[in-house]
Amino acid sequence: MKVEKLRTYYFTRHGVVKAVDNVTFEIYKGETLGLVGESGCGKSTLGFSIIKLVPPPGRIVDGKIIFEGKNLVEASEDEMRKIRGKKIAMVFQDPMTSLNPLMRIGDHIVELILTHEKVTKEKALEKAEKLLDELGISRERINDYPHQFSGGMRQRVMIGLALALNPDLVIADEPTTALDVIVEAQILNLMKKLKENYNLTLILITHNIGIVAEMADKIGVMYAGKLVEFSESLPLFENPLHPYTEALLEAVPNIKLSEQTLKWIPGSPPNLLNPIKGCRFAPRCKYAKKICSEKEPELIEIEKGRFVACHLRK
Amino acid sequence: MEETEKPKGILVWPIVKLASLTKKGWPGWTVLIGLIIVISIVIMTILAPYISPYDPNALNTGPIFGPPCPAHPFGTNHLGQDMFSRVLWGGSTMLQVALLSVLICFAVGVPIGLFSSYIGGNLDKVISLIMDSIYAFPGLILAIAIAVMLGRGVVNMALSIAVIYIPSYFRIVRSQVLTIKEMTYVEAARAIGAKKRTILARYILPNVIPSIVTVATINFADAVLTAAGLTFLGWGVEVDVPDWGWDLYYGRQYLPSRAWWIIFFPGLMIILLALGFTFIGEGLSEILNPRLREGE
Amino acid sequence: MTLRTYIITRVLLTIPMVLFLLTTVFVVIRVLPGDPVLLHFEKRADPQVIEEFRHKLGLDKPIWEQYIDYLAGLLRLDFGKSMQDFSPVAQQIFSAFPATLELAIFSMLVAVGVGIFLGVEAARSYNTPKDHAIRVFGIVTYAIPVFFLGIVLQMVFGIMLGWLPTGGRTYPGMEPQGAYITLPGVGTIHLATGLYTIDSILEGNPAKLIQALRYLCLPSITLGLVLSGIFVRLTRNNMLETLRMDFITAAKARGLKERVIIYGYALKNSFLPILTMMGLQFATLLSGAVLTETTFSWPGLGRYIFTRIGFRDYTAIQGAITVFAILVAAVSLVVDILYAYLDPRIRL
Repeated sequence: MKVEKLRTYYFTRHGVVKAVDNVTFEIYKGETLGLVGESGCGKSTLGFSIIKLVPPPGRIVDGKIIFEGKNLVEASEDEMRKIRGKKIAMVFQDPMTSLNPLMRIGDHIVELILTHEKVTKEKALEKAEKLLDELGISRERINDYPHQFSGGMRQRVMIGLALALNPDLVIADEPTTALDVIVEAQILNLMKKLKENYNLTLILITHNIGIVAEMADKIGVMYAGKLVEFSESLPLFENPLHPYTEALLEAVPNIKLSEQTLKWIPGSPPNLLNPIKGCRFAPRCKYAKKICSEKEPELIEIEKGRFVACHLRK
Repeated sequence: MEETEKPKGILVWPIVKLASLTKKGWPGWTVLIGLIIVISIVIMTILAPYISPYDPNALNTGPIFGPPCPAHPFGTNHLGQDMFSRVLWGGSTMLQVALLSVLICFAVGVPIGLFSSYIGGNLDKVISLIMDSIYAFPGLILAIAIAVMLGRGVVNMALSIAVIYIPSYFRIVRSQVLTIKEMTYVEAARAIGAKKRTILARYILPNVIPSIVTVATINFADAVLTAAGLTFLGWGVEVDVPDWGWDLYYGRQYLPSRAWWIIFFPGLMIILLALGFTFIGEGLSEILNPRLREGE
Repeated sequence: MTLRTYIITRVLLTIPMVLFLLTTVFVVIRVLPGDPVLLHFEKRADPQVIEEFRHKLGLDKPIWEQYIDYLAGLLRLDFGKSMQDFSPVAQQIFSAFPATLELAIFSMLVAVGVGIFLGVEAARSYNTPKDHAIRVFGIVTYAIPVFFLGIVLQMVFGIMLGWLPTGGRTYPGMEPQGAYITLPGVGTIHLATGLYTIDSILEGNPAKLIQALRYLCLPSITLGLVLSGIFVRLTRNNMLETLRMDFITAAKARGLKERVIIYGYALKNSFLPILTMMGLQFATLLSGAVLTETTFSWPGLGRYIFTRIGFRDYTAIQGAITVFAILVAAVSLVVDILYAYLDPRIRL
């Protein structure tokens, strides 16, 4: 899938919020892309843009999303409806509120299958049961309601729903943020296992670099609506190119050290309503030069497969 | 100097206040439209004796069931009475009844609500139960029962209607008081030994007033409709008083006459008056308790 | 609190409420104006007739005794005797009640049906002219006096167009009789509900069903439309809130059809408040029924009260209002319990 110069803005009473501003990247089959950044940097909006569920008052303003030869930006709602769930699926952040409280778990799955495939109800039920097995949920619970499950199990169901029809692309928006650490580990393991079994293409959106380090093949770093760095994960961790990436990695505390001073990124989060001139990270960047506040850096391929948007790396 | 300035001042201030309403977006406009409708009808009713072409009770001012024509813009009814005159005069009862009943409700419901909820305890529980029972009961039926017992007339109608609505005032005052009672500045007042009376009057009452006003306007609308209903059933105002409800009462009896004008115009006026109050109430409640809008 | 505890508490609470209402009715009718008997005769008859009259109705006993008699009578389903002909009020009430019930059911169907349909449409087209128009409709319908709408519909559809009847429950002679079932060993039992629509089905007579429906048309549309405004607003607000929730977005992300999302997901989750509102509106429904029945000469309890008032039959009026009070308390109780039962979060 190729995202080209995508712009998604929110048209609010107070002004236009440029949540995704001219973002370009590519992702190949079987890859896991980790999208990281702080809250409000636009990564979730990017995820919603791909599946075209940007909530009002937002909408895609410009750019292309090429998926299986089609430009999704121009696709009609009807076409998108057929794609969602079947070819592109999404896992949401809060498992407590993402399921219909009045529908049984099994019905969620069966309904999904019957919407997209022409099979009998019995077949769909069979498939649902098999899915529960894979997710590590006991089959007898197929007739239970969401409130009877814990957060972790509900998230498993959400993942199951996303994978039920073997989609070509799965977007996971902060899938473990609402879960405690132990459950988080379980979910991540589950995702890893399923990723391998089904050769999934996954976009993992999170603000937690640790998760991304474990799961992602490629990493995209976002700041203030812009993609500031994009590369394979190992090289990025060994040698971050963008000052923001560097600062992010430094800010992660090392559990092995007994004493350390915690590092943080000085300055305040960027204003997406009235973005400043030049590089958006400049006010907080310790390497900032004069040109950084004058001209916006473009995303350039510095080495093979490594993209960065910074004047200092040219 | 003062003489010429005062009249101007009295007129200008309300107009400025009203104009500022439009700045508040659609609720402001709603209140404004409502006010215009209601005030127009009030003015029409007050001026009725002067601008009405005929005596509304005068018989045979024109043909029986005469359709609208230049002499009788709203036609004539089964007694040859001029409908236009009847429409002009007919709102008087309803307005009086509505006003009186709201005043009674205010005078009775608000103090009871304030005291009951502030004092709390078993007294409050009992009064709440009583109020809930009345509130749950079909209003019109209770009003009919009382009106039948007391007889026709504006005061009796107002009393019957007031009884139905007192619980509404009680409830809203009570819910507000219960919230405010727990707030720190009230606790502070209690700590410095302020009398209950003072606390109620100075602290709680001013905060409760906005909600009461909203209830009052809805109350006006309901009172108008209930008053019309009572008269339609024959138990509202006296027989010889011109009233839109009476017109509908006769209209129903003479349905086969196909004289649509004897029901259309009075009915329209009732709707307008009720709508006017409803608009004011809707707009006010939105201004005082704005609902969040989506997507922001 | 388990369901059982809740039901018990709620039923116990109803008793003082009903008692209070009954006492109020008693006070208003018997005590308030002084002497209902005198009012009945409008102070015109000679004293001996009045005394006999009073005695026959048991109205010469001391007030406290009358009160006890009243309450005790209710337990026996005895609502007193009519001032007009001394026949038992209970019988008159029970023959009039099904008519009101039928009207109430169909009116509520109209109100909720129209309300939900328009409310959903408004929520779907949020902030468009369609939405605004529907909202205005909701407000305006509430301001229309139900009897005015009734008369207008009567005039237009009944008199001018001649499509629908303007009064009564059905074509004279076409009253459904219900079903007669012969059971071996028991004999023949007569199965009838008093609701003309159901009874004509029981009887297997489609012609009677059609007539019953024709006569039901205008009254239930009148009452239903006036009530619908509240449901339009309620549905719209609930839908808007529900549609903003996460599980709706998640459902969209699975590619579910819009109709499934609106009705299966959003509406189902918004339904409980609608159910509660139906119960709350029951009282308004009864008030409206009085006016509607009077307008359409519908032989129900509402019209019964109206005619009894005309005859100054105070005992009958008291009986009828008592029935209303009990009905309202019962419906309120049922709705509360139903709500507690249906919410799976409470149930389990």
